[in-house]
Amino acid sequence: MTQDAPSQSRKPSLRDPFDAGHAVALGTDWPLQLDCGTALGPFTMAYRTYGRLDAEHSNAILVCHALTGDQHPVDPPHSNRPGWWQLMIGPGKPLDTDRYFVICANVLGGCAGTTGPKEINPATGRPWGLDFPVITIADMVRAQTLLLDHLEIDRLFCVIGGSMGAMQALQFAVSYPERTFACVPIAGAARHSAQNIAFHEVGRQAIMADPEWCGGNYLEEGTVPRRGLAVARMAAHITYLSEPALHRKFGRRLQDRQAVTYGFDADFQVESYLRHQGSTFVDRFDANSYLYITRAMDYFDLVSEYDGVLARAFAQTPVRYCVVSFTSDWLFPTSQSREIVHALNAAAADVSFVEIETDKGHDAFLLDEPEFFAVLRGFLQGCSDHWRLTQSATGS
Amino acid sequence: MRQFDIGRANRHPIRADLELIAGMVEPGTRVLDIGCGDGGLLDVLIHERRAIARGIEISQEGVNACVRGGLSVIQGDADTDLKDYPSNAFDTVILSQTLQATHAPRSVLGNLVRIGRHAIVSFPNFGHWRLRLRLLISGRMPASPSLPESWHSTGNIHLCTIRDFLELCDELNISVERFVALDGSGDRKRIASPWLANLMAENALFLLTKGKGAETDVDR
Repeated sequence: MTQDAPSQSRKPSLRDPFDAGHAVALGTDWPLQLDCGTALGPFTMAYRTYGRLDAEHSNAILVCHALTGDQHPVDPPHSNRPGWWQLMIGPGKPLDTDRYFVICANVLGGCAGTTGPKEINPATGRPWGLDFPVITIADMVRAQTLLLDHLEIDRLFCVIGGSMGAMQALQFAVSYPERTFACVPIAGAARHSAQNIAFHEVGRQAIMADPEWCGGNYLEEGTVPRRGLAVARMAAHITYLSEPALHRKFGRRLQDRQAVTYGFDADFQVESYLRHQGSTFVDRFDANSYLYITRAMDYFDLVSEYDGVLARAFAQTPVRYCVVSFTSDWLFPTSQSREIVHALNAAAADVSFVEIETDKGHDAFLLDEPEFFAVLRGFLQGCSDHWRLTQSATGS
Repeated sequence: MRQFDIGRANRHPIRADLELIAGMVEPGTRVLDIGCGDGGLLDVLIHERRAIARGIEISQEGVNACVRGGLSVIQGDADTDLKDYPSNAFDTVILSQTLQATHAPRSVLGNLVRIGRHAIVSFPNFGHWRLRLRLLISGRMPASPSLPESWHSTGNIHLCTIRDFLELCDELNISVERFVALDGSGDRKRIASPWLANLMAENALFLLTKGKGAETDVDR
C-alpha cells in the first residue's frame, strides 16, 4: 500500500526474491464508474515497477498485459521461471530499465492481486464470483490512470502492450491522449473479431460446462473447475500458435511410444503438450477471471465507440503511434493492425507501422524476435529524441 | 522504385535529386515522403530542414530500416493507401521516382495535390533522345541507367515523357510551380524549357500545386 522504493536498476539482474510488487487501494475518494453502469470502489490494484522514476516523472512506460498475463513481466516472485516479457524489459533491453521506469499492473478483474471475481466482496464478505460487475477494456484503463495518479505521473512516455495489452494501450491513448507521448499496440486490433469472440465463447462454455464450476460459486463450494478451465486454455493456446510452428515443434511425432495405441490417451506429442498447457494454467489462473477478461476483450470495439469511423478516435491526436503485427498471427492478423493504421492516417497522426516476418503466430510478441526488438528500440529512441526536444521547448 | 542505395548511416552522400527535393521543402513544415525507401530523404528533411516528416514505403525491409532509425514510416502502397489521408494534411507530399511504378498514376497524382498543399514529383523521362534513338535503331524496348530492367521484369509499368506528364497535370488542373531538368545521376541540367528538356533530360522534377478554381478530379 505504499509508494515504491524503486529497485536498483544497475544491478546485473533485476531478480529480487522479495519483490512481489505492490498493492494499492484506489478509488477511495470516489468509486470507479464502470461502463456497465455500476461503481466499484475502493478497489485494490496490484502492480510492479522496474527501473527508476526520474525527477521530472517523465520516463514512465506503462506495460499492459495480455489475457492471462500478470503484473510480473520480469522476475515473477516465488518462481524460477522467467517473466512473460523477460526478454523485453531490463537493463539494455528494448524497454531499458536504465532509462525508463516501467510499470505493469494486474488488470481489473484479474486474479493476481487486483480486485477481481475471486477477491472478497466487501458488501457480503464472500468472494465476488459472478456478482463481480462485468468490466471493459476502458474500465481497466480508467483504473490504470488512478494508479498513475497515485504514482504522481501526469504523462507517460509510452504505453505499450500486446494482444489484450494492445487493446488497453490503444484505449489509453484514445481516451487520454494528453497522458502519453507514445503508444505501441502490438498484435492487436481496434475491435475484437467475430472469430475471436467465437473462440472465447468456446472457452467460456468449457468452463461453465464443468460441474465443478458450481454456477460460479466454486470458491465457496471448495471445488475448482479444472477440466473446464484446462480445455479453455488448450483451445486458446492453439490460436496463439501457427500451423507451421505446431508442425515444426511437434509434427505427428508420438509421445513416449513407438506406435499409436488405438485409444484416447495422448498418443501425439501435440496432445501431451496441450494437456500440459491446460493443467499448469489451472494452477495459476482463476476460472471466473477468465470469463470476465475474455468478455472485456469481446466487448472491445473502438470503431463503434466512434460511430463507425475509427479515424474519429484519433482526431487531433498528439500521440506518436507504432503499430506492430506479425505475419503468421491469425488471431490478430496484420489486416486488423492495418485498419488501425489507416484510421491513424486518416487523422494525419504520427504513425509507424511494421509487420514482422515470423512463423510463430500470435505468441511472437512474447518471443525472441530480433527484428521486432530492433524496431521497438528505434521507435523509442526516436520518441526519446523528440520528447526531449518538446520538453526543452516547453521549458520543463 | 528507387534504385539507388542511399548511405544513411553517415547521412552522406544523398542522391543529387533528393538534395534538390529537400531544398524545395520549406523548413519546419509537414512533409509526407511516398516511397521513402530506407529513409535517406526523410533523415535529411528532419535533420537539415527541421521538417515534421513521415514516410510510406512498400517494402517491409525499407519500413523496418526506417523505424529502426527512429523515423515515422508505415508499410503502404501509393495506389491504395493515399485515399485514407485527409485533404491538406501535409504542406508537401513527395513522390520521387515512384510515379512510373504505380498502377494508377492519374489518381495517385490527384491524391498528391489533394493531401499536400504542394507536391514534388520526379520521374525518368522516356522522351529522352537516347531512348528514342535506341527504340528507333534497335526496334527493342530501351534500357538506361535510370531504367535498367528489361521490359518483362521492370516495376516501371507506367512510363511517360515530360510532355505526357504536363498534359496529365493540365487535365487534372494541377499547376507547375517549378520544373527542374535532371541528368541520369539526378544532377541538375540547365534547361529551362520543358519542351527542350523532353528531348535532353534523363529525369524530371516538378513542384506542383492544385490549380485555382475547379476541384481536382480525384478517384478517392
